[in-house]
Amino acid sequence: MRPEAADPLVIGDRSWQSRLIVGTGGAPSLEGLGRILAESGTELTTVAMRRVDAAASGSVLDVLRASGVQVLPNTAGCRTAAEAVLTAKLAREALQTNWVKVEVVADERTLLPDGLELVQACERLVTDGFVVLPYTNDDPVLARRLEQVGCAAVMPGGSPIGSGLGIGNPHNIALIVEQAGVPVILDAGIGTAGDAVRAMELGCDAVLVASAVTRAADPIRMARAMKLAVLAGRDAYLAGRISRRYWAEASSPYEGMLDGMLGQS
Amino acid sequence: MNRDSRVQLTVNGRPRQAADHTTLAELVSTISDRPTGIAVALNNEVVPRGGWSEISVQDGDRIDVVTAVQGG
Repeated sequence: MRPEAADPLVIGDRSWQSRLIVGTGGAPSLEGLGRILAESGTELTTVAMRRVDAAASGSVLDVLRASGVQVLPNTAGCRTAAEAVLTAKLAREALQTNWVKVEVVADERTLLPDGLELVQACERLVTDGFVVLPYTNDDPVLARRLEQVGCAAVMPGGSPIGSGLGIGNPHNIALIVEQAGVPVILDAGIGTAGDAVRAMELGCDAVLVASAVTRAADPIRMARAMKLAVLAGRDAYLAGRISRRYWAEASSPYEGMLDGMLGQS
Repeated sequence: MNRDSRVQLTVNGRPRQAADHTTLAELVSTISDRPTGIAVALNNEVVPRGGWSEISVQDGDRIDVVTAVQGG
């Protein structure tokens, strides 16, 4: 069965054929962004909310409208629950969507989520009617708490945002997947296509990439690589990998071997 | 009332003066002409677009006008 034909990603009351979410951050130009989105096959993309810059030419919103890709605003840069809640409300007003990717980070050096502020922000936003997708640590307990407060998905980071270090603790990601009752989206840290394959093989429902594509030497080609990686990893996960063995196990039969072919008689 | 009196505001983090009785709609129009895709916070509370023309800015108000940019 072809996963892209009959295996939609379902979050809340929406579904998508693509399991790749592409962040718009870092794209060299708005025109380049449009081509990246098209090549990646993504149907959902993130944007940040910032004060209007009168000098800015063009808007990422125009690119997204032309691409037909749905927009998922984030609360990138927020350090407290209060900031994240206000940013989400501004995004809802500006973009007419109650979906939000909640980011509340602890410091600039690691950009790692602040779990306490994150849970508070998510709880308040769920109560206010938002569909909440939190960027979280690769902590199975925190992921469970986020699900308990009503998040529609959880988005554990593989490694720090923009680091390209891949999935630092695959066992934790597997634990999160195993217990989750909502979709798990591997977010942050993807460096190359192999990392996206690994995430999907671990059972993640989707992968979010931004820098890995937009800052690659050839973003268009990397966008395609990520599209194929997510498909390959999903297929491998659904197909079920073989178990690991200590010793070899021949794949060719021993039956019918020619006696004496090695000089024995 | 003196129509020429001014109010002192903070708009997108920068000090700014405006004529007394300036509405939020008038202030926003000097920052962005986008018909959609922007939102306004007045003293950290979101004001829906429909309310912009009904609210006059007050001395000391803090106004933020935001939109979506590449990110995440």
